[in-house]
Amino acid sequence: MAEMLEIRWHGRGGQGAKTAALLLAEAAAAVGKYIQAFPEYGPERMGAPVVSYNRISDQPITIHSSVENPRFVAVLDPTFIGSIDVCAGIPDGGVIIVNTPLSASEMRKKLGLTNDAIKVFTVDASNISRETIGREIPNTPMLGALVKATNVLDIDELIEDTKKRLERKFKNRPEIIEGNVKAILRAYEEVQGE
Amino acid sequence: MSVVAKKHRIALTGNEAVAQAMRQIHPDVVAAYPITPQTEIVQIFSSFVSDGLVHTEYVPVESEHSAMSATVGAAAAGARSMTATSANGLALMWEILYIASGSRLPIVMPVVNRALSGPINIHCDHSDTMGARDSGWIHLYSENAQEAYDNMIQAVRIAEHPDVKLPVMVCMDGFIISHGMENVELLDDKVVSDFVGSYKIDHPLLDIDNPITFGPLDLQDFYFEHKRAQAEAMVRAKNVILQIGEEYAKLTGTKYELFETYRLDDAEVAIVVIGSTAGTAKVQIDKLRSQGIKAGMLKVRVFRPFPYEEIKQALSHVSAIAVLDRADSFSSIGGPLFSETRAAMYDAEKRPLITNYVYGLGGRDINLAMIEKVYQDLLEIKDTGKLKQYVNYLGVRE
Repeated sequence: MAEMLEIRWHGRGGQGAKTAALLLAEAAAAVGKYIQAFPEYGPERMGAPVVSYNRISDQPITIHSSVENPRFVAVLDPTFIGSIDVCAGIPDGGVIIVNTPLSASEMRKKLGLTNDAIKVFTVDASNISRETIGREIPNTPMLGALVKATNVLDIDELIEDTKKRLERKFKNRPEIIEGNVKAILRAYEEVQGE
Repeated sequence: MSVVAKKHRIALTGNEAVAQAMRQIHPDVVAAYPITPQTEIVQIFSSFVSDGLVHTEYVPVESEHSAMSATVGAAAAGARSMTATSANGLALMWEILYIASGSRLPIVMPVVNRALSGPINIHCDHSDTMGARDSGWIHLYSENAQEAYDNMIQAVRIAEHPDVKLPVMVCMDGFIISHGMENVELLDDKVVSDFVGSYKIDHPLLDIDNPITFGPLDLQDFYFEHKRAQAEAMVRAKNVILQIGEEYAKLTGTKYELFETYRLDDAEVAIVVIGSTAGTAKVQIDKLRSQGIKAGMLKVRVFRPFPYEEIKQALSHVSAIAVLDRADSFSSIGGPLFSETRAAMYDAEKRPLITNYVYGLGGRDINLAMIEKVYQDLLEIKDTGKLKQYVNYLGVRE
């Protein structure tokens, strides 16, 4: 990784945009990367649009300003497309990944994205989470999709670390850990882009 | 330098890193008020207590005023005592801050720097601790989570040093550092406990065989002498901070001094800054250097005592200086860091031109372009030999 990667996560309060950024950072840190993960705190409550960020690099990271031009954007909830500019600041060569049953080309139209230098990926993370975890919590499958689209981590590294993190919180509920691992793997396989 | 301590690099938020430092320091008493505007620091620490990872007496109190009062009481009794706070919580402690320092109690308190309300705001600026700059506490500021962790461990030794015996605030930027996750290298628990040692107070309140009075009436006869001694302790603190920094460097390989300089030795223009913005400035300085611009920085770690002599020496070769304040003192002549730095430079043989930028109030982002603008302004000041104004407001709608 020659340059520092910057990632922006869009979600609604309660969907796990902050947790996704923390999980990705912890997984990347565990394999020796330098990382940052930070949410943008507003007066949000459950259901309100929230944003969080990652920086990942092979070199120590000293910058502490907000991320303005993320190479990668992950959108956990497609329902605020149109009211929030989720494509804001993405540079040429950047990637946006959306949790949606739509195809990448349908989503590109919906986003009104005319710049072909930005790639669009889609994955139905909500459905995957319902089928694997048993409820709609799209953040872990979106991690799998993001890793596929960005190559920022090895998928096995992500799964290994996520397992470890979840074991801390859900040590008596192995079905949750198992479901999350399946969700990550399925999203990793199913994400499609153009 | 031979480094003896093994370090573990993990991903932690600033709050988690400071809570880990507190766990490793293992204070006897922590008193805290557990709701807004408290920080996650005491929440995480209280879970260490309930999980049996520390045997600290954890005292939940009914306000920040009571938190500092209970900490003062515990410290006077001879216990190594801590609390943590932020913003309006620190403001509510105000009265007792002076009692802690005036009673010469070596309390260590992490403070997450956040704006004071009016209007209501919870985000980063330095107006909380800068307001407490004359409360007699030592102020250590941190650029990132690692420095907050390292400062905490050193703060215990600084506060309790027999030449000092003063309380210490360990400050870190709210949200940017407190809630941001970064890589942090933690020391082994035993390394930290060996470094901090155990706290022995000369005259504990609970030594009933040798009773003494704490917090007595101290009127025209002796109050002034006590304040004079307190002022002298702050003067002595400077050398102690350096000495503890040396000792910590032998252990960890990271040297902490009164301030950090970045590409300052041959700089023609420089900024003076506190906290996380220093990290952002380093990136901009590297960019300017690659364009052949001799830009540098001085990042203040120790604001109280203010290292005026050392700062004067470090900056005296610079032509133009911008002091960045993340707090306004509403003095009409800029922020607190500007006043101190400008006063320090008064005795320089060749006085640099010094201007002030108040920035980032209430968490307003400061990015590379803003820092670049400051350097462009400095280059103009250097070339023309003229200041346009003393005080500038950076990144605000006017």
